[in-house]
Amino acid sequence: MDILKEISVRLQQGDDERVCELTRQAVEKKVPPRAILDEGLIGGMNIIGERYKAHEIFLPQVLLAAKAMYAGTDVLRPLFVKEGMPAIGKVVIGSVQGDLHDIGKNLVGIMLKGAGFEVIDLGNDVPPERFVETAEKEDAAVIGISALLTTTMPVMKRTVDLLEEKGLRTKIRTIIGGAPISEEFAKQIGADAYGYDSTNAVESVKRLIMANESD
Amino acid sequence: MLQEHGAKVEREKYHVIITNEIIDEALKTVPESFKLFDVIGNQTHDFSEHNVYFTPGSAALNILDYNSGEIRKPTTADYARYAKLVSRLDHIASQSTAFIPTDVHEKISDSYRLYLSLLFCEKPVVTGAFTIEAFDIMRDLQLALRGTKEGLAAKPLTILSCCPTSPLKWSDVTSQNVVDCAEYSIPVEFVSMPLSGFMAPVTLVGTLVQHTAETLSGVVISQLTNPGAPVLYGGSPAIFDVRYETTPMGAVETQMIDCAYNEIGKHLGMPTQGYISLSDAKQLDAQSGLESSMGATLAALSGINNISGPGMLDFESCQSLEKLVLDNEICGMTLRMIKGIEPKEDFPSLPRFEELLKEKHLLISRHTMRYLSEEFYLPGSVIDRANRARWQEEGGKTLLERAHTGVEKLVRECVPSRLPDDKKNELTKLMEREARRYGMSSLPHIDS
Repeated sequence: MDILKEISVRLQQGDDERVCELTRQAVEKKVPPRAILDEGLIGGMNIIGERYKAHEIFLPQVLLAAKAMYAGTDVLRPLFVKEGMPAIGKVVIGSVQGDLHDIGKNLVGIMLKGAGFEVIDLGNDVPPERFVETAEKEDAAVIGISALLTTTMPVMKRTVDLLEEKGLRTKIRTIIGGAPISEEFAKQIGADAYGYDSTNAVESVKRLIMANESD
Repeated sequence: MLQEHGAKVEREKYHVIITNEIIDEALKTVPESFKLFDVIGNQTHDFSEHNVYFTPGSAALNILDYNSGEIRKPTTADYARYAKLVSRLDHIASQSTAFIPTDVHEKISDSYRLYLSLLFCEKPVVTGAFTIEAFDIMRDLQLALRGTKEGLAAKPLTILSCCPTSPLKWSDVTSQNVVDCAEYSIPVEFVSMPLSGFMAPVTLVGTLVQHTAETLSGVVISQLTNPGAPVLYGGSPAIFDVRYETTPMGAVETQMIDCAYNEIGKHLGMPTQGYISLSDAKQLDAQSGLESSMGATLAALSGINNISGPGMLDFESCQSLEKLVLDNEICGMTLRMIKGIEPKEDFPSLPRFEELLKEKHLLISRHTMRYLSEEFYLPGSVIDRANRARWQEEGGKTLLERAHTGVEKLVRECVPSRLPDDKKNELTKLMEREARRYGMSSLPHIDS
């Protein structure tokens, strides 16, 4: 089997040790690191994403595959010292100020990383200023904000407003999610997208980035 | 036969008085368990102790047509679709001859159902004969698969429902069916149907007394014919709804009677059956879910061995393929429930919680991966567990629409029965010969 194909297959099986070993072998065989990343690792994760959406596999299998993906990217990282690890895009995520709930946000983080994004996780209870400053400094394309409490939902709007004030609204896109959030609420506060679960969030972030690139 | 065994027979009144001694004699020989085998010959059922199996409701006159939303008379094509569907429903352990195709002569409409079932699905069949003569062809179809009388006795393939008529009556047809089945060791389920307040006492206890007498009379006929012949202590009693003149199968009292006679049957040393997981609703509405679920839950907790009803609506008169897909999930959840809660590497508990604190979640813990599929029953997409946004994105489908999608998918994915072609041809020859007896030159065309 073609080594990139084998990396993809082993990644789908969640076999992190084998993915690490195969990635090393591919590097030794002078397979371009970018091809290993795109065709082997991210290629495998894309299949996992589709199968998860179709209910053929469940969340644990996705997370195991993501873990295998990290095992592969850890091998590749030193090869991208100069230009930095290529990523589909950079996303800053966190739970909104006043909210200590982070299960959903963590899940989104894992899924975004699995899909090839670079994720900067600011944790929970994150004030609007910190979201915006970090995204600006890191040149992130998207800010993702999570809330579980209805009382903290309104604070999400302040982050969107702050981006507006700084003239960054079109450069840095926003996506929100969490149990009390809805598509309508996202529209109401001017957020660019709403993710109803982690897979949907990844799809929405991809769409936001593609839309920005084509602008 | 009953007279020979000491029963008092009053021929002019058509009365037989069965004594305690005769009943005790029958109870000594009646088997406390038996097994069932599929078309291929593999064991599928062990009717013993509190083992629980589900089987579709049998012999409906109508099916609920998805496209029109109306009931109509079923045809061969409907039956083939039904049998294929049941072959794909994991939690429904046997077929029943669920409805009566109307595109064949009525004298073969019972055996023809069995023939189609044996052709399209490997699962064993709960069935019944409408006449005395029909037994012969139904027996021959089974002998064709098992080879000999002894082979059939060693690996029973069907259960014949034999119904006494309340109060305390046996017709020529049903009593002869019991005798014929016993001679061939074909299992029988006795389906006594006392109607509380109408053809039985209004009290549940009174109904149970009558049910016991009716069922024991069947056990006596069976055991005196062939001691050791397998039977299920079953029934389909109901209370009588004095407002609508109907026999509600979803009534809680009906289900209480079922659970109670199950205890009587087990006390007397027999495996049991009950018409309990079904609904009187006319469509797949909330009532159809609640009645079937309540029945399935009570039946499984009571340990009724063969639970009849899935797919059935409208007082046992209407089968629905969509309801079968829904009920398959009710059965799956119920079977999960009776597996209960057991510790699985849960003690000592501390390491698990240390892992949770360290890893922040247990989604990919070895413990999770090892026990996830045993601990959770994940139903098919007929059960909506998406959040609202995803449900809307996927079309905001109703239960009926999701169930229909399930029917179409499962029928499409059905794999043909592994029964060898020469056996299938033999079945067809037998059935064609029977059809000719009633003036049909050929059987309806079947799309495979």
